[in-house]
Amino acid sequence: MSIPLQLTVNGERRDLVLEDPRVTLLDALRERLQLTGTKKGCDRGQCGACTVLVDGARVNACLALAVSHDGARIETVEGLARGEALHPVQAAFIAHDAFQCGFCTPGQIMSAVGLIREMRAAGETAVDVERVREGMSGNLCRCGAYAGITEAVVAAAQTEDAA
Amino acid sequence: MPETVARTRHGSSIGQPLTRREGPLKVTGQARFAADNLPPGTLHAALCTARIARGRVTGLDLAAAENHPGVVAVMTPDNAPALAKHPDDKDGPFVFRLDLLQDWSVRYANQPVAVVLAETLEAAFEGARLLAPRYAAEEPRIGLDAEAPFTPPGVGVGQPPDESHGDVEAGLAAADKRVEAVYETAAQYHNAMEPHAALAQWEGDRLLLHTPSQGLTAAVGRLAGLFGIPPKNIRIESPYLGGGFGSKGLISGPQVLACMAARLTGRPVKLVARREDMYGPMGHRAETRQTLRLGTDAAGKLTALDHLTLTASSRFDDFFEPAGGVSHTLYATPNLAVRHRGVRVDTGTPLFMRAPGEASGSAALESALDEMAFACGMDPLEFRLANYAETEPLSGRPFSSKALRECYAQGAAAFGWADRPREPRQMRDADGFLVGWGMGTATFPALMFEAQARAELRADGSGTVEIGAQDMGQGAWTALAQIAADGLGIDLDRLTFNMGSSTLPSGGIAGGSAHTATAGGAIHAAAAAVIAELAGIATSDSASPLYGAGNAGVVAEGGRLVRRDDASRGETFGAILARAGRERVEGTGKASSDPAAQKSYAMHAHGAVFAEVKVDPDLGQIRVSRLVGAFAAGRIINPRLVRSQYYGGMIWGLSFALHEHAALDPRTGRFLNDNLGEYHVPVNADTPEMEAILVHEDDPHVNALGVKGVGEIGITGTAGAIANAVWHATGVRVRELPITLDRVLG
Amino acid sequence: MNLFEYIRAGSVAEAVAAGALPGTAYLAAGTNLLDLMKGGVAAPARLVDITRLPGLDGIAVAADGATHIGALVRNSALASHPHIAKTYPMVAEALLAGASAQLRNAATTAGNLMQRTRCPYFYDTASPCNKRRPGSGCQAVGGATRLHAVLGHSPHCIAVHASDLCVPLAALGAVVEIAGAGGTRTVPLGEFHRLPEDHPERETVLEPGDLVTGLILPAEAAAFAGHGRYLKVRDRTSYAFATVSAAAALTLDGDRIGAGRLALGGVAAKPWRVAEAEAVLAGAAPGADAFGRAADALLAGAAPSGPANAFKIELARRTVVRALTLAQAGTPARMPALPASPFARSAGALHA
Repeated sequence: MSIPLQLTVNGERRDLVLEDPRVTLLDALRERLQLTGTKKGCDRGQCGACTVLVDGARVNACLALAVSHDGARIETVEGLARGEALHPVQAAFIAHDAFQCGFCTPGQIMSAVGLIREMRAAGETAVDVERVREGMSGNLCRCGAYAGITEAVVAAAQTEDAA
Repeated sequence: MPETVARTRHGSSIGQPLTRREGPLKVTGQARFAADNLPPGTLHAALCTARIARGRVTGLDLAAAENHPGVVAVMTPDNAPALAKHPDDKDGPFVFRLDLLQDWSVRYANQPVAVVLAETLEAAFEGARLLAPRYAAEEPRIGLDAEAPFTPPGVGVGQPPDESHGDVEAGLAAADKRVEAVYETAAQYHNAMEPHAALAQWEGDRLLLHTPSQGLTAAVGRLAGLFGIPPKNIRIESPYLGGGFGSKGLISGPQVLACMAARLTGRPVKLVARREDMYGPMGHRAETRQTLRLGTDAAGKLTALDHLTLTASSRFDDFFEPAGGVSHTLYATPNLAVRHRGVRVDTGTPLFMRAPGEASGSAALESALDEMAFACGMDPLEFRLANYAETEPLSGRPFSSKALRECYAQGAAAFGWADRPREPRQMRDADGFLVGWGMGTATFPALMFEAQARAELRADGSGTVEIGAQDMGQGAWTALAQIAADGLGIDLDRLTFNMGSSTLPSGGIAGGSAHTATAGGAIHAAAAAVIAELAGIATSDSASPLYGAGNAGVVAEGGRLVRRDDASRGETFGAILARAGRERVEGTGKASSDPAAQKSYAMHAHGAVFAEVKVDPDLGQIRVSRLVGAFAAGRIINPRLVRSQYYGGMIWGLSFALHEHAALDPRTGRFLNDNLGEYHVPVNADTPEMEAILVHEDDPHVNALGVKGVGEIGITGTAGAIANAVWHATGVRVRELPITLDRVLG
Repeated sequence: MNLFEYIRAGSVAEAVAAGALPGTAYLAAGTNLLDLMKGGVAAPARLVDITRLPGLDGIAVAADGATHIGALVRNSALASHPHIAKTYPMVAEALLAGASAQLRNAATTAGNLMQRTRCPYFYDTASPCNKRRPGSGCQAVGGATRLHAVLGHSPHCIAVHASDLCVPLAALGAVVEIAGAGGTRTVPLGEFHRLPEDHPERETVLEPGDLVTGLILPAEAAAFAGHGRYLKVRDRTSYAFATVSAAAALTLDGDRIGAGRLALGGVAAKPWRVAEAEAVLAGAAPGADAFGRAADALLAGAAPSGPANAFKIELARRTVVRALTLAQAGTPARMPALPASPFARSAGALHA
């Protein structure tokens, strides 16, 4: 069985043919498109390391079947920076030491970008620390960098171009 | 290049809160972890794991797996490449038995029993499922009551199981007040976010392995022994670890299986453990049952402390959690006994997990101290100060440094501890939640292993330092580079710093909170050797302004050598080398602990942790609302990274107190929560307001750099502080960790 | 994961026809199904992808005030929909208390109804399980049962339904719309899930090929908008299944309760709703006495399914009382930062 699949990944059209319908969006990105910034921590939707934006919304790429997302627009951590200029969320993660090992970081960052978009869509102007904590709770960080993550997301959310 | 914060002290990197040098790579997804490699022709590997805890495999449906489209090979005990040494042969103190398909026996649930190799990940996993092993199962032994306890030959890595001074029974008999309590801690699994991954490639008898390792040299040695090849034939690349916490300290069975599979198939093999594969062959923190007996005199001074630990190792290897060690060092008492007992169960062998011994022991000891303080009618902090150890209680040695009093004072002040009511269940917040305050003392030994480093200074004023050190998130890429830059007397942006590869000089193990002292010490020595040679050239060159200054009278700073007594007299490295006709100066250095200093001093980091919890009075749900830790750990290389280490440790302490609990069905020995959905670690919303205070401490004895470790101490003290705060909030003393709402509701 | 045939359905009729074949499962977001397939718990021979079926992703209010929610409406879209948030606030609160933001952005309304239990023995394919392999036995009985059922369980199964959303839906009398071989029919949500009895494998009233196409929230449910809360007790502050949860809603008529709606989650194989409990509330003076009696009625017949879950009975009782107390205080003007959490900062509710 070969299944043609078209994705727009970080603004670029990517055509691929899957020989197997079982391929998840995560494995399509990592093993077929060599976009390994997105990480696999649990493969079961329980850690958030694989968070990407699908049609603008953050989801767990490990629990999405690639064939079901034909035509989707995917944003991954590789697509955030503009050349040498880091995305405000990326810069804030460095400034606030919002990671240690860095393995959950791509997922955290994509989740933060998604969260900031959600907050703006909901018309939330003031950034509430407790809402950020809750909103980032789908991303585990075993190093325990949560304090820095929350600080970084709060700081980035107050910049113009964070979403 | 890495972004840096403004420097306040010209010419020195040490002490500056630099951001992580590898940060830009990590936030853009460019940092390449082991599983991110995929050379052409790679086969994907999937583990087929045992669904019994004891017995043997009697059959596999090989045909079903092999006929699945994409499956290339199935590696079983029948065709696994022969090893030069049986993986059960223990030929060193840091060697644990591995399950590498040598026979069909099963020693624990989730033990690998076969490996499926396939062209795709999907085919590999399905092939592994289709193998559907059949078993002859035996009844497993699970839990601390599985058999009669015995005295293990050693605990931790070779420490004696029983140590004492004085007469505990007499001390208890003479006591004015006594507390005896039994505390239980649950089995825990490291659960680094990055699953163990290995990309193995052979070229003849040379092995290239991309895999996360906290100890490259030990891993190379183990692989060399197993495959019967010289260590120089093995190259391990481990630039970034997605967390380790001890689980990547020694190479695990599945990582070796990837190498075997690559040898079997003649192709590169990528094996990435599934989350459940990590509950068994990668070690864990074993459960404990700790009995604490304390006695005090009328003034609240301890007359005796007895700390008895019961813990479990596997049936086939020894690692007994050294939980009592914390009682060696913390509180002054004339009569002290620390004892460990063990049982053997049908699980994987336990291993060191972030603050091994200290985490579990501290949770129990700090709870017992709290109970004893209350029995004496004393404030918990006042009680700890009354029993402050001026010398190490067990050994009588003086401390190389101990700023614990300052930690208590600064932590208590920042927290507002003075306002704490002594009785429990006295405080409520505006919403009606019960509020409790608790504290605990933190401690972790200042250890040191062995390492070597290589350094080089070039005529253009740039330098290179190389060491096979490992960064699992603690910040070695940054902190070690700071030490290197200072050692060479150059700015960080003139330094090329290489680490994370076994081709470099051995950096020792990244564990025991000893990596900065060890690897940093080796770097410091290598840089000193370079500077000494350069100084030798300059001071013996009559054309140099440093002529005759003598080695001891010259220091390196800002790319120059200058007289120690007059920094205005000196010259650039380039000028010295140019006259000498040299392109570069090279040097090597090594570091290890100093036996004389070890004999003379007790070396530990200390701290004090203060916790506030809120508890729903009806529903029992708990939330930690504030954590303040004050820690003294010698010289601080990078305060930004050190604070993060303390925060991380404190989150682990919170997790220890309230969340982590590996559940096994005692009837089958299989896990009920070998996943991240039901094995709870804290999420962001569990994170309290946090403060970590870096208390000043000078230590002239501990090592050349004056640094103590910071990676593990944060757990200690915290778990007990939270348990004590839950008691203070509710009046209910839960002695079985994790403290869950049903236990609070009674 | 087993190899399966992948079919993308173009219409509901096409989906129902394909779905009727043995071994077929419907795929929407797959947040539960793919998890089960990766674990070998489910191994369908055929997946019918329904994500592109037209007309199932909308929310519409009918002339009579009833709200129709399409089967494919994402949890996050449902929770943030202005009409849902305003008219059925406890539905929104329950949704936002479930899983994580990522999962809510993917998971669908019908998928939430269809999610399988989190019983660890159901997930452990080496254990007998009457849900997974009918007639094989129940390993949970006599095992680790801290989170298992205290109501409606049988000797053959003691698992609980894991949904948050279904709890307020049951309380509000939602109706499930089902397309099947014989056309479209509706079933009250309260009758949609089945208790295990002798056949734990039959978890819903669906027949082969039946496809949930939507939900209807009746017009009268809007009356509870001002006093409806969902409360979820759990082992961590977020991203955890319920230990026990409750949906409670009231209409207040002066100093009396007009009508009350109550349901419990995490205690049985379905959301637990009992008419007698709501009858206690009708016309009673709101307060600890009436709330306690309602909770007692709701929990009538509760019994532990293992010694470790006995605590859930009293906890469920207290959760109901608290949820009613919160409901009486009124739906917050803004969704709490920690939806449904006891720590939702609801301004002194414990003193009420």
